[in-house]
Order: sequence, then C-alpha cells, then structure tokens
Amino acid sequence: MNETNWGLENVSVFFGDTRALQDVSLTLEPGSIVGVAGGDGSGKTTLLRTLLGLLPPSSGVVNRPDGDEVGYLPTGSGIYPDLTVEENLKFAAGAYGVRGDDYRSARDELLTRTGLEDARDRLGGNLSGGMRQKLGLAMALVHRPGLLVLDEPSTGVDPVSRSELWRLVSDAARDGASVVMTTTYLDEAGRCDAVCVLDEGVVLLQGPPKELVADIGGSVGETTRRPDTPYAWRRGASWRMWSPDDFKSSGVRSVVPDLQDAVIVAALRRRHESGGVAA
Amino acid sequence: MMLADAGGVSKKFGDVTAVDGVDLSVARREVVGLLGANGAGKTTLMKMLLGLISPTAGHVQLFGETITPNARKRIGYVPQGLGLYEDLTVAENLQFVARAFGVDFPQLGDLEARKDVLVRELSLGLRRRTAFLGAMSHRPELLILDEPTSGVDVIARSALWDTIRAAAESGAGVLVSTHHMEEVDQCDRLVVMAGGRVVLSGTMGEIVGDSVSGTERTELFERRFAELTVA
Repeated sequence: MNETNWGLENVSVFFGDTRALQDVSLTLEPGSIVGVAGGDGSGKTTLLRTLLGLLPPSSGVVNRPDGDEVGYLPTGSGIYPDLTVEENLKFAAGAYGVRGDDYRSARDELLTRTGLEDARDRLGGNLSGGMRQKLGLAMALVHRPGLLVLDEPSTGVDPVSRSELWRLVSDAARDGASVVMTTTYLDEAGRCDAVCVLDEGVVLLQGPPKELVADIGGSVGETTRRPDTPYAWRRGASWRMWSPDDFKSSGVRSVVPDLQDAVIVAALRRRHESGGVAA
Repeated sequence: MMLADAGGVSKKFGDVTAVDGVDLSVARREVVGLLGANGAGKTTLMKMLLGLISPTAGHVQLFGETITPNARKRIGYVPQGLGLYEDLTVAENLQFVARAFGVDFPQLGDLEARKDVLVRELSLGLRRRTAFLGAMSHRPELLILDEPTSGVDVIARSALWDTIRAAAESGAGVLVSTHHMEEVDQCDRLVVMAGGRVVLSGTMGEIVGDSVSGTERTELFERRFAELTVA
C-alpha cells in the first residue's frame, strides 16, 4: 500500500488561447474515492489526461506514480472486442508484467468479483454494456495499482451493473488504492468521499458532498409555478429556487437541498454574479 | 384517450421472448420513465410503440387507434445518438426536419446565435438542444426520448427538462428511457422492466418512500431495482 498523496497542485491547461483547466488542485488519498463532475466540455477528461501524464500542464504540478502503478479505465471501457474476456485480462496483465501464478490468482479473483467467470470465453464484443465496463475495470485492477483512474465508468450502465461497479471500486479503495473517477451525474458524485465540480475549466465546488450541501448558503424552496428569478430550475413537475434569504413571507415551501441543488445554485450564481459567461 | 397504449404486448425473435405481456400507457400531460437493465426489453417495446416492429401478441395503439403511417407525424423521437446531421449547420438540420414534416421553421431561442455552426462543432448540450427542437418542431403529441440529458452539465440539463416539462404542460405525453436518478426524479411515474416484463410501476415516492433523500435515496432505489430485476 502506498502512503503517497497523488494529485494536482494549481494546474492550468491551455490549448492555444483556450482555457481547458484553470488553477485546479486535487488531492488523492489512499483509500478514498474522489469524483470529478461536470458536463461535456467542463474539463473532466483534460484533468484525467493531465493526471495520467498524457498532457503536459501549462502551469502547476502533477504528482503521479510511475505508469505501472496506475490503473486506467477509459470511456467506453477500452476492451478488445475480438478477444475473449480471459484474453482481454491476460493481455492487460502482460502489458503490466503480471505473469505466472501472480496472473492466475489475480485473474481468478477478478473473474469471481466481477461475476464474469461464466463469460470468460465470450468475446468482448458480445458483452452487454455493464459487463464490458466490469471487464474494463478488472483489466485496470489486474496489477493492483496504487492509483485507479476511471473515466465515466457508469455512463450507459444500468442500475444493477452500476452498483456492482461501485462495489468493485469501493473494494479497491478499501485495499488502499487512491481512486479518481469522472461522472456527469451528481447522484453518483454524491457517493464519493470528495467531489470536484468543474464548470468551463474552473472549479465550481470542491469538498465532501455533505459539506457542499451544508454550505449552500441561503434557502432552497419549491413552487408549482415558474418563479420570477434567474435562480430557478426544474425538479420534476415543480420548480426549485434559491434565495439568499428565507422564504417565510413569500409562500414558497422550503426543501432540504441535495448535491444537485448545491451545484445548480453555484453554477447559476457563477453565471449571474460574475457577469457574462458564455453558454 | 391514451396517447400510447400497449396491452398484453409480446415480441418474440425466434425462440427469444424480448417483450412478454407488457401493459404500458402514456397519457397527456405526463412524463413516464422507462427503466430496465440492458436486454430488459425497453428498446423492443419502444420500437413497437414507434411502429417500427409489430408485436407477436397483444395490441399497441397510438392516439386511440392501430398504428398508421400518419401516427408518425404526431410523434417526436430523440434517440440516444440524437440523429442529427453532423456536417450540416443547426439551421440546415432544423430546415430539413421542418420540410419533412411540412411545418414552419422553429423558433431558435438561445440557439439563434449558433444557427450557422456545424452540428459537430457544438457542445453536447447544444447538440441535444438542436435535436429537441427538431423533434418538437411539428408539435408532437407524444415524445419518446432515450436518455435525453446524458452527458450535459446541470444548467443544460435543467434547460432540457424545462423544455420537456413545457411540452407536457401544453398537453403532450412523454416517455423517457433512462438509467439515472437525476432523470428518474424528473418523471411523474416509473415503469421498470426486467426479462421482458414490467416488474414495477409507480411514483418514486411509492417505490422508495418520500422521507429519504440524497445518496441514501439513490442507494435504496438501486437496491430495490436489483431485487426486482435480477432473476
């Protein structure tokens, strides 16, 4: 088990004049899962690529272990469709120099834990989305990496496979790995020990999910009609709204906010208070 | 009248029963979430509702009658891949759709400034917006959406749901296929499929209770989902 904290210190990445990441710091501790959340174009993948050493930062420091101490699950799982489940695993193990008894014990353990034993001879291309992601994760774990990097592991994965993936990732963290994963879904980010929400390359919110919700500031309320404020968003058939004050006199019902509300409030405030941010 | 109504509908492909005696309806002004693992039968069911494949047994009706080619004009469909022409601009994509349906070019709203941009150069959020505008330009009475807000940031997601909700409030019925809690939470009621059957239907409150929130709610939902869908 490593006792090193990997991560980024004040990292900025520019592509020409375009800012992809600005002044992002992220600490990855052994045993903990950090979620990097944001939409398309927020800088999530740039962050992972910088952390993996695939992209040099324009400024700042990247603390990263040697390549063979990193396990990486790319988007879309990165498995080989023309190889069987077992061949995929063996190929990944070979790339990291895991051979012989070490390989066989890692293989048997991972096939059991992913529930893929019965599928060991199936071609990667014939697996369901959830099974592909589990195989991709097994390939990322086969050399017992100290740093596990997962790019949108649960996109397109059904809730059952998603909870199985979470169990595997939690087990890896419990065994001492530092885990960082990207997600576009805040209900998923809410399950991480800490979350870093990116918006157009800058950190919108960062910290343990419960703290981010507790520190929302002001009040979140719910109404059935579109409120006359820019700080309003949809939640099912109702509207939610934020106000720096409470709603006592306005007839708006106060609700207990969640991480989704906290992120929307921060994003709306950034747009309306910093003045003129491109959509 | 139900906008979409499947009664005891089944579909077999050879020996494989993809959909097995399913009842599903979508009424005006409601947003129905359709959930299920890969292979649960969601896509086959949606294809039958779209009139693309015929059921082996049971009936499917749209707008109160057996599916006719005319019914297609009253449906708006946004597939997961969005179905846009990447090498055409936003305006050209929408013009193409408007002509196909014989309707006026839609109001672009916040896409106005990007109307001459090629679709492949747009952010995913704006591509999704363009696909929505195209699918809704003929004012469909039934909207069928596959993971409609996947991959976009919270503000874009909120704007897309605002559009979906506005369509429902003006009388459309909406069927949304999804895997994610944030979308599930936007639906009025849910239909969960497993092994070709409906294993659960009801509101989110009925399924996990109204008292839990946040991560606990997600985990409870996943547990409930797993109990019902793993054979």
